[in-house]
Amino acid sequence: MKNLIMTSAALALTAGMALADGHSVVRMGTEGAYAPWNFLNDAGEVDGFERELGDELCARAELTCEWVTNEWDSIIPNLVSGNYDTIIAGMSITDERDEVIDFTQEYTPADPTSFAALSTDVDPAAGVVAAQTGTIQAAYIADQGWTLVEFATPEETLAAVRAGEADAVFADDSFLAAALEGQEELVMLEQQVTLGGGVGMGIRESDTELKDAFNAAITSMKEDGSLNALIEKWEVASTFE
Amino acid sequence: MEDCIQTISDYAFRSIGFGERILPREGFTLCQQFTLIGSGMIWNVYFGVVALVTGFFLATAVAVGKASDNRIIHKLSAWFIFLFRGSPLFIQFFFAYFFFLSLKGQYAFFDPFTAAWLGALIVLFLNTSAYTGEIFYGALQSIPKGDIEAADAYGLSGWPRFRRVIWPTMLRLAWPAYTNEGIFLFHSTTLVFFSGFPAWQQRGDALYYASFFADKTFNPFVPYPILAFYFILLTLLIITIMGRIGTRLNRHLPQDAKPKFRFRPQIIR
Amino acid sequence: MACYLTTGKHMGFYVSFGTVLLLLAITAPLALSFGFGGAMAARSPFAPLSWLGKTYIAIVRGVPDIAFFLFFVIALDQGIEVLRHYAKCPDWPDTIRQGNDFIVCQQAKMPLGAAPQWVHETYGFMIAVFTFAIVFGAFAANVIFGAMRAVPKAQLETAEAYGMTRRQTFWRIVVPQMWVYALPGLGNLWMVLIKATPLLFLLGVEDIVYWARELGGTKTPRFTDYPHGDWRMWYFLVLLVFYLGFTRVSEIVLDRIMRRLTKGQATAAGEAQRKAAA
Repeated sequence: MKNLIMTSAALALTAGMALADGHSVVRMGTEGAYAPWNFLNDAGEVDGFERELGDELCARAELTCEWVTNEWDSIIPNLVSGNYDTIIAGMSITDERDEVIDFTQEYTPADPTSFAALSTDVDPAAGVVAAQTGTIQAAYIADQGWTLVEFATPEETLAAVRAGEADAVFADDSFLAAALEGQEELVMLEQQVTLGGGVGMGIRESDTELKDAFNAAITSMKEDGSLNALIEKWEVASTFE
Repeated sequence: MEDCIQTISDYAFRSIGFGERILPREGFTLCQQFTLIGSGMIWNVYFGVVALVTGFFLATAVAVGKASDNRIIHKLSAWFIFLFRGSPLFIQFFFAYFFFLSLKGQYAFFDPFTAAWLGALIVLFLNTSAYTGEIFYGALQSIPKGDIEAADAYGLSGWPRFRRVIWPTMLRLAWPAYTNEGIFLFHSTTLVFFSGFPAWQQRGDALYYASFFADKTFNPFVPYPILAFYFILLTLLIITIMGRIGTRLNRHLPQDAKPKFRFRPQIIR
Repeated sequence: MACYLTTGKHMGFYVSFGTVLLLLAITAPLALSFGFGGAMAARSPFAPLSWLGKTYIAIVRGVPDIAFFLFFVIALDQGIEVLRHYAKCPDWPDTIRQGNDFIVCQQAKMPLGAAPQWVHETYGFMIAVFTFAIVFGAFAANVIFGAMRAVPKAQLETAEAYGMTRRQTFWRIVVPQMWVYALPGLGNLWMVLIKATPLLFLLGVEDIVYWARELGGTKTPRFTDYPHGDWRMWYFLVLLVFYLGFTRVSEIVLDRIMRRLTKGQATAAGEAQRKAAA
């Protein structure tokens, strides 16, 4: 539910009378455990690509925003039930999710999904593949009929491969790239899969005004190139053309 | 209706690897939810029953050990009980998985231990042994002195005295609290795949499938109440079975002394 | 090293121990009062009330606490907002459920959308306390219900002989006497309650398990000044020591209380105390 100890970002000084239905403070829901997209820095504050992006979008839309973290599993039910106003958590736009909530336009193009393993000659189809429970990655492996082993957190999927419990881990390319940095045990396989659409902000279906405000802000960031600059800075995905 | 029968035949044993391989992708009807969550209950029942039955024997040994005059045996039993009763199961699962994983790296013998069916079972077995051991120990302490004196008078001692006098009385005294422990044990089987051990090939327990549906439909208000429904049934079943055994344990007592659901001020979990 | 242990994240970790202790301190009396209420309802001669009390005990006891936590909190939150909605915005034109969305008027939001973050945090914390209290209240009700029946019949008959009414007997004889029978059960419930706190993160409270996972996870140099490997084991070891220590302290305190309560009671232990004193 509502979360403890989150950073509050008092951004725009124009204390958001911009939206008629009283969004004087927009609460931004994120997970805080998915570097480089969003994570907690040493100070315990939400940091990462989406923090920087979200703050900039709020400034452009003249909104006061506040950051909240929530478990991934219940992140959509809590948005729908009104405990925060947006989801900005590296969430790919899929048809399933789109039926329940609305998305803004994508702020990063589709990110490929990659495998990491102990050596480059592992064949995921023939071995055991680890993925986080309830992700599109887990569903994909199951659909392929490969041997899937699911763990509750991304951290455990990596640990499983190091311990030899699984042969490969299947996750977003940017997440794996960040996790593999500065260590030599795990390597990336060449094989990649593209799942789902790009990443967008999740917003309640009834909150069209908020959606329009963020859509406009994303468009303006795309136009002046600042979005691509951010994507490159955090290495989260490919840039827009 | 026919759809539902088809669903049941596809998924009734999905949790143990039979039937349709791919989990439902659309619809997520009540029938699908009831069938799959029910299928997952197989695991909960398996963990609960096997841990309860095997744990019963270790618990007896631990209880006798804690009541023993031998200092070393007493200390060992007391520490075993303290360690497993004093820490959350959540953390026990975490350490057990870590431990088995590192053992597995050394010896091939430990290969099956990182799988839930064995690894988690061992944790649950030790956990319930500790809790039940404490209940049994409490019962041992409150066995009426007269019973033991009577056994001595009959010339019983050692094993026969334990087997025929002390043990049955201990069980009788401990039974209501032991029933509670049984209920708690079945409830804690939901932690296995939730936090402790990985699920292979999407074969998980009832909670695993309930959260699968909650995740797909984004609506927690259907699958979790279904899960609750199954567990209430299971709890009623446990109470009935344990009640039957309890009545049997007390069958020699005079009618009005039979504690039907009498409260015993003892250790429940 | 000293710096590593004093990062903002570690401060969050330390604070979360306080959060857990505070939750326990508030939940215990609240659960006890729920338990007392539940037991009184279950004993009531008025059938529907008794039925209600017994259903509460049976249903909540029958469901694993995780399953309860996973949906009850959202339900509770929405329930409160619906009630406030009807009270504060009776003229609201739209329905509350719009497709998938749950929408109440702004004044009915709990807490108000514009409220500062600490209000949101406190509210989330209170919801968690309430949920824990409901679950453990059912177990406490079961224990207290049994303890009330364990008060020796002879004492109730004596009270009747003195001309006490039903109500007087209950408050003057049953309630003071039952504690000695209820304490072992309640003491164990307290132990179970302590060990249920790792599930707090399910209720959206950032508890010690949340921070131990977060801090222990592998850190690469790009996102932190203190990169390290998988240290979860060490952080969980701290939690293990915390729980074992807390259990031990609780055992000692409960033991003292029990010895105190037993004094002068018509139980075997009370008898033993009398003999020892004589």
